[in-house]
Amino acid sequence: MPLLKNGRIAEDGWALVEDGQDVPAAGPVAVSLARLKADHAVLLAGNRPVGVKLANADDPADLLPWLERLSLVVLDFPKYTDGRALSQSQLLRQRHGFKGEIRATGQVLRDQLRLMIRCGFDAMVIDEADAEGVYDYSAHEFSEFYQSATDTSDTIFVKRQRAREAKASQ
Amino acid sequence: MYRYDEFDDTLVRERAKQFRGQVERRLKGELKEEHFKPLRLQNGVYLQLHAYMLRVAIPYGQLSAKKMRQLALIADKFDKGYAHFTTRQNVQYNWIRLADMPDVLDVLADVEMHAIQTSGNCIRNVTSDHLAGANLDEIEDPRPWCEIIRQWSTFHPEFSSLPRKFKIAVTAGETDRAAVRVHDIGLHMKKNAEGRIGFEFIVGGGLGRTPFVGPTVREWVAKEDLLSYLEANMRIYNRHGRRDNKYKARIKILVSELGLEEYRRQVEEEFAAQNTWEKVVLPQDEVDRITAYFAAPKFAALPAISAAFDAFKAGSREYARWAKNNLRPHRTPGYVSVHVALKQQGEAPGDASSDQMRALADIGETYALDDIRVAHEQDIVYPHVKLDDVPAVYAALKAAGLHASNAGLASDIIACPGLDYCNLSNARSISVANEIQAVFADPEFEDDVGTLHVNVSGCINACGHHHVGHIGILGVDKKGEEFYQVLFGGRADEKATIATIQGPGLRHEEVAPAIRRVIDQYLTLRRDKSEKFIDTLSRVGQAPFKDALYAAA
Repeated sequence: MPLLKNGRIAEDGWALVEDGQDVPAAGPVAVSLARLKADHAVLLAGNRPVGVKLANADDPADLLPWLERLSLVVLDFPKYTDGRALSQSQLLRQRHGFKGEIRATGQVLRDQLRLMIRCGFDAMVIDEADAEGVYDYSAHEFSEFYQSATDTSDTIFVKRQRAREAKASQ
Repeated sequence: MYRYDEFDDTLVRERAKQFRGQVERRLKGELKEEHFKPLRLQNGVYLQLHAYMLRVAIPYGQLSAKKMRQLALIADKFDKGYAHFTTRQNVQYNWIRLADMPDVLDVLADVEMHAIQTSGNCIRNVTSDHLAGANLDEIEDPRPWCEIIRQWSTFHPEFSSLPRKFKIAVTAGETDRAAVRVHDIGLHMKKNAEGRIGFEFIVGGGLGRTPFVGPTVREWVAKEDLLSYLEANMRIYNRHGRRDNKYKARIKILVSELGLEEYRRQVEEEFAAQNTWEKVVLPQDEVDRITAYFAAPKFAALPAISAAFDAFKAGSREYARWAKNNLRPHRTPGYVSVHVALKQQGEAPGDASSDQMRALADIGETYALDDIRVAHEQDIVYPHVKLDDVPAVYAALKAAGLHASNAGLASDIIACPGLDYCNLSNARSISVANEIQAVFADPEFEDDVGTLHVNVSGCINACGHHHVGHIGILGVDKKGEEFYQVLFGGRADEKATIATIQGPGLRHEEVAPAIRRVIDQYLTLRRDKSEKFIDTLSRVGQAPFKDALYAAA
């Protein structure tokens, strides 16, 4: 399945290593939270890119000791109707200031893309033949938002305030 | 009434366009029903027993004549000429074709309406007191805050795939007409010790399979913290609410399983951890802008007494009865609120024909300052009517067959659509409601019985609010036959109480006679005419009423 990074198809250089599997000797590697907790000394020793795949029940705050050193957090959508990863992503970006890649895996459907992007996902694995086309369409279906979120769009409330101030200064 | 600006309008238009695309993909087979389902649900489209149903949002139940006429037009053009006003102050249509849904959304957008988040596992339409801005006892108009919550919750990116649906209600009166204690979050506007107005947060109430009266999580939250504190609650629920079993997925189960103290601790911890840039604080200018739309209309300076109204009341027993039962006091001298019960004998509670809807619009425009409300009792309310105009309003209502004089009485029944429409239902609701109404067909008898709330649900999902009826009726299926359990002692007001099931279910034809025996027992036991059914019940206990209920067996 194609990986989109910032809306464009990208090479996936990451090895997502399940618990119990061996970690490859080199290259970017992502492990579970439990594995990170257990093996962080070894994993983070060199300067290889390291990521983590959180389960939906995991607390993003548990990553804090290593967050600055992590390059990728993978968040899962076991079902497209399960929105826990949206809160996890918001927490990583807004509460904890995570700047690396946040990647959506699992049931990623085009109609959820806009919400994911707004909550701070910048990458997703999506089962679409024309993944870039679908992304471009879904990401721009709406031009206005009431809520401030992780993306940088100005909210309707901000725009209204700006219009009021412009009017007042005239 | 709130008016859309360019931003609100753009959003609703873009939503209609998005849904048109989703419907096209579904009709072309590009989108499986399994994947379409949550998309259509977040736009109020259900697949019912016979057809698709569309639920249209009426934010906090407020309509203008123009909006009401558009709803009538939709009923004529896309449905079978009628619509159903709901317990959540919305309106729904039972017979709209899926292919027509996008056109209906465009027609709605033309009058600043939509169907956004009227179903699905998201924050639903915000409900409120249908007498907001008119009643005697509110400390502030709750509608600006409802509108603020509507905007904040519309397409909230983080809270769009919650464990289950999420209903918020706001009230600001001492008397709770919005049933805030049986909502996922109920907000009761109150003053703190310094006299500042804020919100009591009641979390985890609800009906359904597992009814709860919601506990207070915080006694008082400042206005500027309203949205941030809501977000803290929503995030705890989104992260920790149960997703393994849809019947245990509402926030009431989370609050109950964690315990109030632990739930509160988690919310307070989350709230305290919010960075300043995470806080959702509207500029005061924006709060003022929204509030201005709800400013009190310019009421005429009138004497408290109207000769025209007094003559009307004296004119006939029919007029006098309607005036006694269907008018509510207004805070402004010479004005009154008019309650239109959509409860004519033999009709489905809450239903109105397109002609009736146009009549309601005309009356609203001519006599009611263009302010029309939907009440959670599945009724229509005009909050602002001059006493002088009441005779003309009554005449117009009567001409449209909308003059049922039973508001707040036994035959003003709340009932879900039941097995006649709903694919969840186990039993018919409308016919049982109609048979109970027939018990009270004699107006003198019904007036003598006085205030009595009878709520009928066709299944355990409790859309007819049977848990909070003074008398609740719950339809159940026993080996393919409809049975009805009877509950006593529920209430949805500031003394919210979950009703108690009395015992084995009754057959359809046994229900109305059994209710009659219960009422006769009340008439025997009450202290005097001023003691309501619910008060006699609480004074003497449920046992004698249960005896009467099963006396025929």
